[in-house]
Amino acid sequence: MTSPDKKSGEAYWKATLSLLTVILILWFVVSFGFGIILQPALDSIHLGGYPLGFWFAQQGSIYVFLILIFWYAARMNKIDREHDVHED
Amino acid sequence: MDLKTLTFVVVGLSFALYIGVAIWARAGSTSDFYVAGGGVHPVVNGMATAADWMSAASFISMAGLIAFLGYGGSVYLMGWTGGYVLLAVLLAPYLRKFGKFTVPQFIGDRYYSNGARLVAVICLIFISFTYVAGQMRGVGIVFSRFLEVDIVTGLLVGMGLVFFYAVLGGMKGVTYTQVAQYCVLIFAYMVPAIFISLNLTGNVFPQLGLGSSVATGEPFLAKLDMVVHDLGFQEYTSGNKSMIDVIAITMALMAGTAGLPHVIVRFFTVPKVKDARSSAGWALVFISILYTTAPAVGAMARYNLHATMTPGVLTGETFAEGNGLNYESRPDWMKRWEATKLIKFEDKNGDGRIQYYNDKSKDAEFNAKVEAAGWKGNELTVDRDIMVLANPEIAKLPDWVIALVAAGGIAAALSTAAGLLLVISSAISHDLMKGILTPDLSEKSELLAGRLAAAVAVGVAGYLGYNPPGFVAQVVAFAFGLACASLFPTILLGIFSKTMNKEGAIAGMLSGLIFTFGYILYFKGIFITPMAENIPANWLFGISPEGIGTVGAILNMLVAFTVAKFTAPCPEHIQHLVEDIRTPRGAGAATH
Repeated sequence: MTSPDKKSGEAYWKATLSLLTVILILWFVVSFGFGIILQPALDSIHLGGYPLGFWFAQQGSIYVFLILIFWYAARMNKIDREHDVHED
Repeated sequence: MDLKTLTFVVVGLSFALYIGVAIWARAGSTSDFYVAGGGVHPVVNGMATAADWMSAASFISMAGLIAFLGYGGSVYLMGWTGGYVLLAVLLAPYLRKFGKFTVPQFIGDRYYSNGARLVAVICLIFISFTYVAGQMRGVGIVFSRFLEVDIVTGLLVGMGLVFFYAVLGGMKGVTYTQVAQYCVLIFAYMVPAIFISLNLTGNVFPQLGLGSSVATGEPFLAKLDMVVHDLGFQEYTSGNKSMIDVIAITMALMAGTAGLPHVIVRFFTVPKVKDARSSAGWALVFISILYTTAPAVGAMARYNLHATMTPGVLTGETFAEGNGLNYESRPDWMKRWEATKLIKFEDKNGDGRIQYYNDKSKDAEFNAKVEAAGWKGNELTVDRDIMVLANPEIAKLPDWVIALVAAGGIAAALSTAAGLLLVISSAISHDLMKGILTPDLSEKSELLAGRLAAAVAVGVAGYLGYNPPGFVAQVVAFAFGLACASLFPTILLGIFSKTMNKEGAIAGMLSGLIFTFGYILYFKGIFITPMAENIPANWLFGISPEGIGTVGAILNMLVAFTVAKFTAPCPEHIQHLVEDIRTPRGAGAATH
């Protein structure tokens, strides 16, 4: 038995998980990707006086983390309303 | 006014502020005591979380670690901030919706088992006591160096203060004093950083100063690379650890951060699920101000240190005669810190000058020059912890800045200690007593039990701070490794897997815990002698004890899924509970 309520709950969860996946991919790319794995290669490019890989590891990844959380919070509020599960 | 009096005044004023705030915000109910009544604004909670999270280690030790590790210090910067992304998207909103007081309570309810709750209490107490001992030690160091009082007196004052507002005010008192402490600590951190960045690079923002140029027009980081290279050290902007280990350590610090109980419970105090999401962002805003400044503080402190000890290195005349600093004319700050034994000089070649370089360099050309210059080994040992505390003195900043740094260090240590003591006391009064041993405890007795537990915890923490088990530094790896391998995966599966059952969760938590505990014990030997030398050749997959929590977390999940497959499925009503946690509507105030 699948009630309409349950169906909308599943759609909400699916939307949540796809947003989560995008956030976590970006989170991984800037820190583990640019800051660690690709750091030696990126260091040949310079951002002002910063080697780029070093910048991502000590500055850039933190700024991106910040953007990711606020973006997530805003997107989730929208998803909540679209699926009518938001708080009053 | 001399420096000591000034420091007393500044530290005394900051204490008066905390006490005033604590009296204004004292707790009247268990809800006030555990979750500050559940009505904390997300920005205020973000600020309190930042102070809660940034400990004596962040304030005092981290920039020093980065100064000596260079790029290698990035694991702390990414690890301790990236964890907030995990917390915001994977845990905080769902735990807020669940709406209970403590982390073990979530685990006990979700896995319908007091056994699971008990294992969670054990993990929590171990993680939190490890941490709190370090904070008390930090308070002791600051007191004895800046106020020149006996370390016991310093500890007693610190304990008395934490006792006063944690025991009286509970979560409510702690929340608002943490806001005050955040303001003190961030001001104390930024003022010297801005001064030093202006001095060296002319840029008022340390974050940009690190990427700017020095007076001669060379980029600062390139100049620093040259300076450390000329003294035989590893270049500042490149690392020397294997990539797999760097990845494992960063991951363990991230998941460990997200799994730390004293950080998680802060998100139980906001009114709505929506607020829990944005509050994690605000926490990271306030943390980032310090965390993006720390790399600049570290790099510039390292530069200033070499420029003081070996002035010629700045002009490429490292080995010129009479280059090292003459010990007799050493600066005052060095004399003051020598008294604490955190900086030591030993004149190995008897020339009366300081030779500070890497005497373990494998560069044959460098070693030949060292030989020719008559250097007989490195003569200066510098404890990394003084890099932040002595920084304003090294950079010749005014006395009030030095006094401010002392107050900031104490604020960082006290705010974290209070948060930790609170989760320890609530684990004992709410989970162990009310939840497991004596379920018919009245609210009034529970509140009293909570206060008594906090009082005992303050005493134990003070004892550990005075009598640090020689292994405080090593046990930090424990706290993060255990949080990463035990609590984090278990909470995560509790939210994202509807079918995870009690047997799977308990087996997973225990295997993650025992594996990680065993691995660290095997190489670091806490209580016992290490069973193997702590070198890369001996490590599993080349992962150091600092990063092994990552492997422990993977093991936890593998065991959990395997056991869950072969045991009784998760009951229907728990699956409904999980569905309910996943949607925000209907989140009431946190309750029993």
